[in-house]
Amino acid sequence: MRHLLTAEELDPDTASAVLDTADMLKSTLLGREVRKLPTLRGRTVITMFYENSTRTRVSFEVAGKWMSADVVNVSASGSSTGKGESLRDTARTLSAAGADCVILRHQASGAPQRIAEWLDPTGTRVVNAGDGMHEHPTQALLDAATLRERLGDVAGRRIGIVGDLLHSRVARSNTHLLRTLGAEVVLIAPPTLVPEGVRNWGVEVTHDLDSQLPGLDAVMALRVQAERMHGGFFPTEREYSVGYGLNAARTAKLPEHAVVLHPGPMMRGTEIAPRVADSARAAVEQQVRNGVHVRMAVLYHLLAGEENTA
Amino acid sequence: MNGVERTGRARLLLRSVRPYGAKEPVDLLVDEDGRIADIGELEETDATELLHADGAVALPGFVDLHTHLREPGREDAETIESGSVAAALGGYTAVFAMANTDPVADNAVVVEHVRRRGEEVGLVEVHPVGAVTAGLGGQRLAEIGSMARSAARVRLFSDDGNCVHDPLLMRRALEYTSAFGGVVAQHAQDPGLTPGAQAHEGANAARLGLAGWPAPAEESVVARDCMLAGHTGGSLHVCHVSSAGTAEFLRWWRSRPGGGSVSAEVTPHHLLLTDELLEGYDPRYKVNPPLRTDEDVRALREALAEGVVDCVATDHAPHAEQDKDCEWSAARPGMLGLQTALSVLVHTMLRPGLLDWRDLARVLSEAPARIAGLDDQGRPLEVGEPANITLVDPHAEWTVRGEELAGTALNTPFEGMTLPARVTATISRGRVTARDGRAQPYGGVLR
Amino acid sequence: MASRPSAGAAVPAEERELLSAEDVARTVARIAHQIIEKTALDSGGSHVVLLGIPTRGAPLARRIAERVSAFTGVRPSVGALDITLYRDDLRKQPNRPIEASSVPVEGVDDALVVLVDDVLFSGRTVRSALDALRDQGRPRSVQLAVLVDRGHRELPIRADYVGKNVPTARSEDVAVRLTEVDGTDSVLLRRPASGRREDSGAEDGTGEATNEPDPGEVGPAGKEQ
Repeated sequence: MRHLLTAEELDPDTASAVLDTADMLKSTLLGREVRKLPTLRGRTVITMFYENSTRTRVSFEVAGKWMSADVVNVSASGSSTGKGESLRDTARTLSAAGADCVILRHQASGAPQRIAEWLDPTGTRVVNAGDGMHEHPTQALLDAATLRERLGDVAGRRIGIVGDLLHSRVARSNTHLLRTLGAEVVLIAPPTLVPEGVRNWGVEVTHDLDSQLPGLDAVMALRVQAERMHGGFFPTEREYSVGYGLNAARTAKLPEHAVVLHPGPMMRGTEIAPRVADSARAAVEQQVRNGVHVRMAVLYHLLAGEENTA
Repeated sequence: MNGVERTGRARLLLRSVRPYGAKEPVDLLVDEDGRIADIGELEETDATELLHADGAVALPGFVDLHTHLREPGREDAETIESGSVAAALGGYTAVFAMANTDPVADNAVVVEHVRRRGEEVGLVEVHPVGAVTAGLGGQRLAEIGSMARSAARVRLFSDDGNCVHDPLLMRRALEYTSAFGGVVAQHAQDPGLTPGAQAHEGANAARLGLAGWPAPAEESVVARDCMLAGHTGGSLHVCHVSSAGTAEFLRWWRSRPGGGSVSAEVTPHHLLLTDELLEGYDPRYKVNPPLRTDEDVRALREALAEGVVDCVATDHAPHAEQDKDCEWSAARPGMLGLQTALSVLVHTMLRPGLLDWRDLARVLSEAPARIAGLDDQGRPLEVGEPANITLVDPHAEWTVRGEELAGTALNTPFEGMTLPARVTATISRGRVTARDGRAQPYGGVLR
Repeated sequence: MASRPSAGAAVPAEERELLSAEDVARTVARIAHQIIEKTALDSGGSHVVLLGIPTRGAPLARRIAERVSAFTGVRPSVGALDITLYRDDLRKQPNRPIEASSVPVEGVDDALVVLVDDVLFSGRTVRSALDALRDQGRPRSVQLAVLVDRGHRELPIRADYVGKNVPTARSEDVAVRLTEVDGTDSVLLRRPASGRREDSGAEDGTGEATNEPDPGEVGPAGKEQ
């Protein structure tokens, strides 16, 4: 793996290898007082976030630090990008300053791909920490890690993804990865939030959540972003909640073993009811915990053995 | 000799050209007034300049209704001079410079400046396009009448880049310009349907996470404007038709009586490229309207072949390197087009048999000249006509390299593609303005 | 060795068996005896934990524990200690999967830990294992048992128990095969193909000279040979 730019590009072997590594890291660190491995000592990891996302940035930062990498956080407002420096120059500067790996969150779809092209000659690795409406591959990996823990295996399972599919990079990455790992994916949303051409993704698409519930092994509620609520994609928050919110009555229709996932931050009362979010089915905190191990695994796969794969 | 009296002394003799791709080559003599003086098998003449054309196809000089020359305002991307060089090298003898400059060409001063700069450079007729609305703001009409009466004699008006989306304002523009035979060239894009649009709305954009630019945003505005043109008696020209639906609507509308004066153009890139190219997020493929699907490309080729779409216009849009070498959403839309148009047309229309050389003369020269009301352009290659002539080597093959194109901009979407046919010489009013890849302005060789 | 007749231009890597399946079993048993003797494990001396270094150190540790148990009736604790995450040459190594570590529930604090590996070479694996072990707790002391010591140490590390000392050239490869992993028990010495023969021959000389086992460095097993 040279860069991690999309979940779509992960083949089954690579995806499983990263997930297996994450499992190993998790069990290695389990119950330790000092959660620190020397693996990436002397390597510099720079997180470059053009959008605020405390949870993702912190997760990468902790992952890097537990592997003993030197982690430097750059936020767009604090860097020279605020003064109009181009993305290319910023990326090249960080690379020249010694970044072995750049972790990028950017509002422009495809920005990590562009940076990877620009930095390819330098050997600096690029991880996509979420780009526009495109992909968020480490989120998909941590969701898959959580589903493997909860369900044993992802292959053959039927997973529903509910909500703003149109704007969601989490939905795109999860759809690709879950399918790669052999799961059936059902996308559930009102028609206004279903992207054009989505049926080419090899998934089922439906507008009716209730009829799907009894057949799902897991259901993932996507965040309803505040700015979307005023975009006319649905009449009111209340109506969305009535049709697509995960409430207790709905989750009661799920099979006993079914898991509820949410990438966070949650809009309690809109896409997920507090009682569901705090129930034993919900794996929200487990997702966050797995996020650290998955991101450690990604850094390990990108930065160990680098000189051979370069 | 045809027996027609020469209007002046012989100046330029073109040896062995094939008008409209005719089988047998002929010689063509141009007099000092820049008119065609004689055509046939000509003896040695007193011409001061001789051009061996080696059987090149001769077409009337090309006319581009849609060019961005960026001057004034963005001279780092293109100037009237560098754009004129590109035009001459591409076989053009007249170009229409779009109004979205800085300051906007929405008054007589700016359009006269553009016209005068074009004349100073002297490679190609530069006709300024006037803005429809003040500052391209879409709020109130620009001083259309003043621009029409100015020394630049503006006839084509467009807010290109923006759509005149207010229906009442569009109606007024069509009505107002009809007083002096003006034409409103509309960039058809309903802004309400394209907030933040980045790419053709379809499977590719959905997968790449790019906000969609749905075809109905173009089609609905084209339909509305056609109806307004029919109703008001104004003249509408539809810029850069990009969707199969627009072509289909125009086919229907133009087949009806009482449809008013409606014309349409298509760009070379929409005849060849599709949104599959967006895969790597390379902004050289970012353009507005966006590259669409194979189906759209097929429909546009058919529409051009049938005459439903009248002509080809380049939408030549040079951009400074920093405006393309960035992330997709930050990049400016637009592509270079002047030097590749002929080759793309040969590749997409002539080789597949959809058009022949005479048709190419129509779509690249005659139709655009007619739409814009240019009397001296798009004329037949006949004795007594202005000598605006483009010579084409139909057997040439060349690989497009942005670095080798005129000007500083590199943003050709055809980078690395090998295309057929090449313009070998351009003659504007009897003067050779480009020959074998070099532009020839007054008094010396440029570039 | 360079003068040894070649079997042809396209000679594949040559293989020589150093230990047969019976040899492996005998050697494991001998190491078990030595551990019993040195740790006084059967007389209630120490709490002994055998930690194998994956991949092949782990089954070796289990086998040694099984032998110890058979000879003494006392079953030492056994576990595995993966050192991948502690290597100092990760940048150069091809990406390798991390294997499971399993430290006995009672931990390693105050225990006598015997690290078990198949081949002792540069010593870097053992150094990494000492680092990994530090993160597991604080043993009273640490010893090292290996099936084969092939020389070429790059760090001041030596084994307490050695199954067999094998002088090698750097270019050669010692391959330990165990039923649990490879379906068969044996130890092979592999020599690179003839194209590199001259190289390895030259190195062979120095290799043998510098790797003649120093009696002082060899454990009891070495003396018995």
